[in-house]
Amino acid sequence: MRVMAQMAMVMNLDKCIGCHTCSVTCKQAWTNRTGVEYVWFNNVETRPGQGHPRRYEDQATWKGGWELNRRGRLALKAGGRFKKLIEIFSNPVLPTLDDYYEPWTYDYETLTNAPLQEHTPVARPKSLISGKDMKITWSANWDDDLGGSAATSERDVLLNQVSEKIRLEFEQTFMFYLPRICEHCLNPSCAASCPSGAIYKRSEDGIVLVDQDRCRGWRMCVTGCPYKKVYFNHRTGKAEKCTFCFPRVEVGLPTVCSETCVGRLRYIGLVLYDADRVLEAAATPDETGLYEAQRQVFLDPHDPRVAAHAEQAGIPWDWIEAARRSPVYALINTYKVALPLHPEYRTLPMVWYIPPLSPVVDAVRGTGRDAEDHGTLFAAVDALRIPVDYLAQLFTAGDPAPVDAVLRRLAAMRSYMRDINLGRAPDAAIPEAVGMGEEQMYDMYRLLALAKYDERYVIPPAHAEQAHELEESVTECSLDYEGGPGMGGSGPFGETSGGAAPIAVENYRALRDRQTSDAPAAPTDKATRVNLLNWDGKGKPPGLFPPAEDGAEDGYRDGAADGGRGGGRGGDKGGAS
Amino acid sequence: MTAQTPSVPLAFQTGTGGILLWVVLPYVCLAVFVLGHVWRYRYDKFGWTTRSSQLYERRLLRIGSPLFHFGILVVLLGHIGGLVIPESWTDAAGISEDVYHVAAVVLGTIAGVATVGGLVILVFRRRTVGPVFSATTRNDKAMYVSLTLTIGLGLAATVAANIAGGGYDYRQTVSPWFRSIFLLQPDPDLMTGVPVLFQLHALSAMLLFAFWPFTRLVHMLTAPLGYLTRPYVVYRSRDTRLGARAPRRGWERTGV
Repeated sequence: MRVMAQMAMVMNLDKCIGCHTCSVTCKQAWTNRTGVEYVWFNNVETRPGQGHPRRYEDQATWKGGWELNRRGRLALKAGGRFKKLIEIFSNPVLPTLDDYYEPWTYDYETLTNAPLQEHTPVARPKSLISGKDMKITWSANWDDDLGGSAATSERDVLLNQVSEKIRLEFEQTFMFYLPRICEHCLNPSCAASCPSGAIYKRSEDGIVLVDQDRCRGWRMCVTGCPYKKVYFNHRTGKAEKCTFCFPRVEVGLPTVCSETCVGRLRYIGLVLYDADRVLEAAATPDETGLYEAQRQVFLDPHDPRVAAHAEQAGIPWDWIEAARRSPVYALINTYKVALPLHPEYRTLPMVWYIPPLSPVVDAVRGTGRDAEDHGTLFAAVDALRIPVDYLAQLFTAGDPAPVDAVLRRLAAMRSYMRDINLGRAPDAAIPEAVGMGEEQMYDMYRLLALAKYDERYVIPPAHAEQAHELEESVTECSLDYEGGPGMGGSGPFGETSGGAAPIAVENYRALRDRQTSDAPAAPTDKATRVNLLNWDGKGKPPGLFPPAEDGAEDGYRDGAADGGRGGGRGGDKGGAS
Repeated sequence: MTAQTPSVPLAFQTGTGGILLWVVLPYVCLAVFVLGHVWRYRYDKFGWTTRSSQLYERRLLRIGSPLFHFGILVVLLGHIGGLVIPESWTDAAGISEDVYHVAAVVLGTIAGVATVGGLVILVFRRRTVGPVFSATTRNDKAMYVSLTLTIGLGLAATVAANIAGGGYDYRQTVSPWFRSIFLLQPDPDLMTGVPVLFQLHALSAMLLFAFWPFTRLVHMLTAPLGYLTRPYVVYRSRDTRLGARAPRRGWERTGV
């Protein structure tokens, strides 16, 4: 037994309202830069729908993840080492920007610059790739809330597998949201696909990261990830992916997407697992057995034998404690309501989902029956095959039995808690019908419905005695590094070349670059423009006023000098800007 | 070679220009090539990338890029065979000059056509596909000119020699000169009588190598051959370094 710790997440889909707050805050924190305009480390997809990039689940096309070869051994679906190196000059299955979308901005300038005219000026969309006018035809959530799904739903990969009649019926009855981040898999195929070995799994907490200094832009990871959660930064030529907000997690804070989730549907905690059993589980012959196989890889942190092995493996005591209180472990193994996303990709993903019961409840309520009664709900779970089969395609490689079981547990919790809330005697038969005790059912209710902050997020901080090893050191000044924040944003070899900046500084610098640059696609009159956002009101930046009549140069200089004098001691400071 | 005339100063035979071109320049370029890579690796690991433009355009790259890269790899092997391996070795192996020449011309023609064809497609793509062109830096443009010039001169030298006469046996002159550089006994004499196109090819190649560490061509030096032997999934501990910079002297941690 080789015990390792993994930071993992569970999302309760019943509570997701599709507000995209997680996506937006993640974007602000991590990918609000040139080169990654189209990149969403976190995105929210409407199901049924195509996702981002379009139809990423169609592995017959994109060849992501692992498969079993003829000898029953794990092999990368896109080909092994030799094939990768042969194809390195042109990756045959890399999604192009069209499969994501062409990022754009709007030409807001015309709104203020346009001359007086009969019609209101409009801000035209401009491509952030070519800088030219463009027609917007797709985005990261173009089919949000089934918008345009009559035109696009035939491209939902999972729905292609059911008949036309069911598909139409389905669209009228069923919709839910699926927030997605990197799965931080136990058996990551992106890392396995990386020719440079730049993608690694952190041995302390299992977070999968791209070493930006070792990435050479061979692009194989993009193909390798079946969830298409590794993205290529087209400006720096490097791969980027969700970092599980490691600078936050290392100091005990939840990820940005979790922290800002208004539905409080995300749970973060540790899971202990046996690294020796990972490959064996990933190579389970039957795809529908992968859910159970992965669950068997997880170790019970309450087991003293496991704790002893964990200590031997160097896992600190408070981490083992945290693993015992982990909501993720509870939802996966104690209550058994969380399921992995697409286990058939054989990467052993570590962001799990509680499937939504709401479609079933809505259907029952639509018939006028009592949608809180467990008998009715159980019958409905059995009768509503379409949503259950669809959820099974997502979470259990098509096996409806585990999805059934989860939905029945959620239904049981719903009707059991109604009795308590209405002051009636709780019915012990309800939890018993789904194999749970009353106490356990209440605990599950507390975790799922009340979802207190410190119960949702049990994140042991990285160790104080290791604090100096943190990649984002919190014990030193984050601006205190070679070159410092005063260095320019661009080195001699193009976009952001030069030494690595700590992430905190990179955000600072990115913010400053954004505030001081005029437009993403350099406009022709850039040299003569003034950005008032970085003008502190002292002195006159060149170009602020038209040149004076009598000899532009002299007049300007006089003016600047006057401004400096007028500002008193502040004039010195103003000159520096 | 030089061993036969050790007492005669080099300048007597070739003049200062010859020494500058065939002794000083090679060593300067070699030093810039090596030290430049070291410096670039230390200073700009983040910029050390292929800067692939496949995301912008796939169709032309699919043809052009493998054509060029496989072509240039064969060309590289051909140069190793022609420059590094002495003629006496191939003679000893029973390969006559004629056989060698025919093999070199046939293989070289195929590889040369593939390389040039691929390069033409790639340059055409870079110029005509909007996003690719706007992602092209001035450094890239200079690199493309230098690379194209070197390849073009090399091809021209071979074609001219083979059409004008029965080919030029560079293994009597250029190759020994090339080896003499690395044996630290530079012999510029050998290059003085060489056809001008070969001379120009060698000069442009030296300049290209001096420019190399400062361009995107650096990706060649990190060709991921280690991928063939390493385990699929890489596990790494958190960096042991303090923050993002190396500790100052005297402030290194102890006992880790």
